[in-house]
Amino acid sequence: MNKFLLPLGIFIVLVALLAVGLNLNPREVPSPLIGKPAPDFSVPRLHAADQSFSPKEMLGKVWLFNVWASWCVSCREEHPLLVEFGKTGTVPIVGLNYKDKREDGQRWLARFGDPYLLSAYDADGRVGINYGVYGVPETYLIDKQGVIRFKQIGPITPEVLQNKIIPLAQELNK
Amino acid sequence: MKKPLALAALLCCLNVAAQEAKPLAEDPVVEQRLVNIATELRCLVCQNESLAGSQADLAKDLRREVRDLIKEGKTDTEVKDFLVSRYGDFVLYRPQVKPQTYLLWAGPFILLLVGIGALVAYLRKRERQVADTPLSEEERQRAEALLKENQS
Repeated sequence: MNKFLLPLGIFIVLVALLAVGLNLNPREVPSPLIGKPAPDFSVPRLHAADQSFSPKEMLGKVWLFNVWASWCVSCREEHPLLVEFGKTGTVPIVGLNYKDKREDGQRWLARFGDPYLLSAYDADGRVGINYGVYGVPETYLIDKQGVIRFKQIGPITPEVLQNKIIPLAQELNK
Repeated sequence: MKKPLALAALLCCLNVAAQEAKPLAEDPVVEQRLVNIATELRCLVCQNESLAGSQADLAKDLRREVRDLIKEGKTDTEVKDFLVSRYGDFVLYRPQVKPQTYLLWAGPFILLLVGIGALVAYLRKRERQVADTPLSEEERQRAEALLKENQS
């Protein structure tokens, strides 16, 4: 009896490990940027090429930084949620139009709604690289001191918004 | 006045000719280092490809970034640190040795030691069992009889 108990135990442990491992999402790479200051940059705005935007302007505010592009399918999926969330005015949302054509980005916002305080325009993707962007959309919650507190890779879901972003934003705003 | 102009025109043409003759890889030394570094890095979009082999847009951008860093005179380690600080340890195909990865690096050797330990323990136990099995009186007499039989 004992002879079989040990291999059976090992087998069960192995199955449990595989079950957990196979259910992890390999695309969700933990970001090393959480808890670090948001990288600084200065790029033109999407709607005003002669004006620039730098995250320093947002110091003192809790804000959401959303990386999007008109060519990005998941962004469209996420967009209505952002538009709704923007209306609640919980936190300002700044967009980063990533590797897009200026006209395409503007047309996209005109068509689907513009929840952004403003959108910065990252034509060559350099800002994206500094933020560790590898799959648009990505969203960062940045606190009053300019530290990244949360990062969502891929579209924001209603659950993530309700359970993570809103509570954390309210806590940081206190 | 005409001479410098003519010279400038000539130089200009020479320059054009030189540009046309430029090889695909701008600077072979930089490109070689780029390939060396990029084969050790993971492309995050297509995770089982290296940064050197991937045709994904992000991989192209990152190669451009790495190329620029090399031209700025950064060492290989500095270039890798640049990417790790943005994308995490996951970009490295060869994990760094640090407290979080001690188990990863030492794990196989620990398992080997455990295996050798178990084997040694098992062999010792078996040896003891063999040695500790005394013959019963009956068996001893039979063995003696057999031995005697052989001698005669």
